[in-house]
Amino acid sequence: MRGHVKLGPEVGVDLPLAKRRVRGAVEGDLASIFLAIAIVLGIVLALALLAGADTGLLGALIKWTPFLGKGFLLNVVMSLFAIFFGTIGGVFLGMGQLTPASWISLPAKILTQIFRNAPWLVLLFYCIFLLPFQIRIGGQTYAIASWLRAAIGFTIPVIANFSEIVRGAMQSIPSGQWEAARSLGYTWRQTVTSVILPQCVKRMLPPWMNLYAVLLMATPLASIVGAEEALTNARTALQAESNSLLLLPLYAYLLSWFFIYSYPIARLSMALENRFAVR
Amino acid sequence: MDSITSFFRDLHERSGINLTILYDPFDMDRFLHGLVLTVVLFLVSAVASVVIGLAGAGFLTLPYRVPKAIARGYVAFFRNTPPLIQMYFFYFGIGALVPTARNASGFPQELIDNFDWALIALSLYAGAFNIEIFRAGIEAIHRSIVEAATVLGYSKIAAFIYVMVPLAWRISLPALCNNLIELLKTTTLAYAIGVPELLYVSNQIWSDNINTFEMMNVLMVVYLILVGIVALAMHRWERALRLPGFGATSP
Repeated sequence: MRGHVKLGPEVGVDLPLAKRRVRGAVEGDLASIFLAIAIVLGIVLALALLAGADTGLLGALIKWTPFLGKGFLLNVVMSLFAIFFGTIGGVFLGMGQLTPASWISLPAKILTQIFRNAPWLVLLFYCIFLLPFQIRIGGQTYAIASWLRAAIGFTIPVIANFSEIVRGAMQSIPSGQWEAARSLGYTWRQTVTSVILPQCVKRMLPPWMNLYAVLLMATPLASIVGAEEALTNARTALQAESNSLLLLPLYAYLLSWFFIYSYPIARLSMALENRFAVR
Repeated sequence: MDSITSFFRDLHERSGINLTILYDPFDMDRFLHGLVLTVVLFLVSAVASVVIGLAGAGFLTLPYRVPKAIARGYVAFFRNTPPLIQMYFFYFGIGALVPTARNASGFPQELIDNFDWALIALSLYAGAFNIEIFRAGIEAIHRSIVEAATVLGYSKIAAFIYVMVPLAWRISLPALCNNLIELLKTTTLAYAIGVPELLYVSNQIWSDNINTFEMMNVLMVVYLILVGIVALAMHRWERALRLPGFGATSP
């Protein structure tokens, strides 16, 4: 896979071929070693946990592992919430961008650009401050947990980013498809839902997975606004231990959690991209 | 100037829209300082990340396994871990190991302060993405061009610097533009380690004046303008560098 791939007779720039070469070999070698180390570290920790080890820095890491894990679960939950609603919203906003009616497409384009280009942290602050702290449904008041408000805050940029992915994929479908559907008497809506979008799914999958990875990498921002996710819990643990020697290992440990979760997704996304590109 | 300040002071009294940064000299001053710091943070880390990207992409063209593996591992690590935790890792984790010096008046002073750590973390983070971008750019150049350079007597390094980089640079610019916009947005993370950049000072201002809503909107508009400026500048540059007949990718 790595090493030299024979180039064809083309001259000058050959982006698709270069991309194919890139995808196969990207992030090999040391990355796999990283992964192996992380897995071994995990197994060692698990064994030590079972053995009831409780000494030194390793002991502290093990002691706080369930607490960090609980926080990390919240990161995953927030990311799944945001990707689920973000994808639904993004499909509609993306279709809206390409609607022939300009009173729909113009606002859709503006919304997409605003929320795609604003920093995630600023959007998160918006949601934290502007969403109500509690809502009343039928006389009952429900408090909205800070993690849920943060998850809504992550959903907004996901909608805008996915909207661009949808627009790009829809525009990449050859115009002959649109014309063929129209000549068969399909309305715009029918063309999009039963001709264009089904073909887009394959093209949208790799960028969608990249978006999910970016989203997951953004979830620790929720710690700034008070959700009890992995980073918040790590800081709580550090305060409780009050040992400055623990800072480096604990943050490294936390980074490895995210790496172990995200790296397989990145590899899968590259593999998919590679597979689709060949066809 | 006075008419502007009095207008916004009036606006506050009449409509309750409290834009202190436009009439209160103290708030205006700290807001501008935050803005300058954000711009400096962005520019310095952008340059550093491009240097890292070129160096890493250069490593990947070498025929040796070790530098390649280092570059790939670096890219994999920084792309698959959260930038905020990276920043904490650098500032609190590694920063705790860096000895503190004493300044002129005898107080302890960090050798590498939070602004420096933010710069380091942002440069390394964006640099990882730049390696990928430049690598794709370099690999998009056909081998015959490098061979031609070799025939003309260029050494491998000279061919890389004078032939590959200028061509790869042109191919990479659109992707680089996107990544620099991401970097600009990511500078807000420096807020978390107390660097008084735009978001941080805005937070101070809305905490003091309870004008959260106004400041949030100001912040949003300012960031959109900054992103617009970066995008515009990069597109201009792209157009200025365009070679006739090269780069079929640009429509």
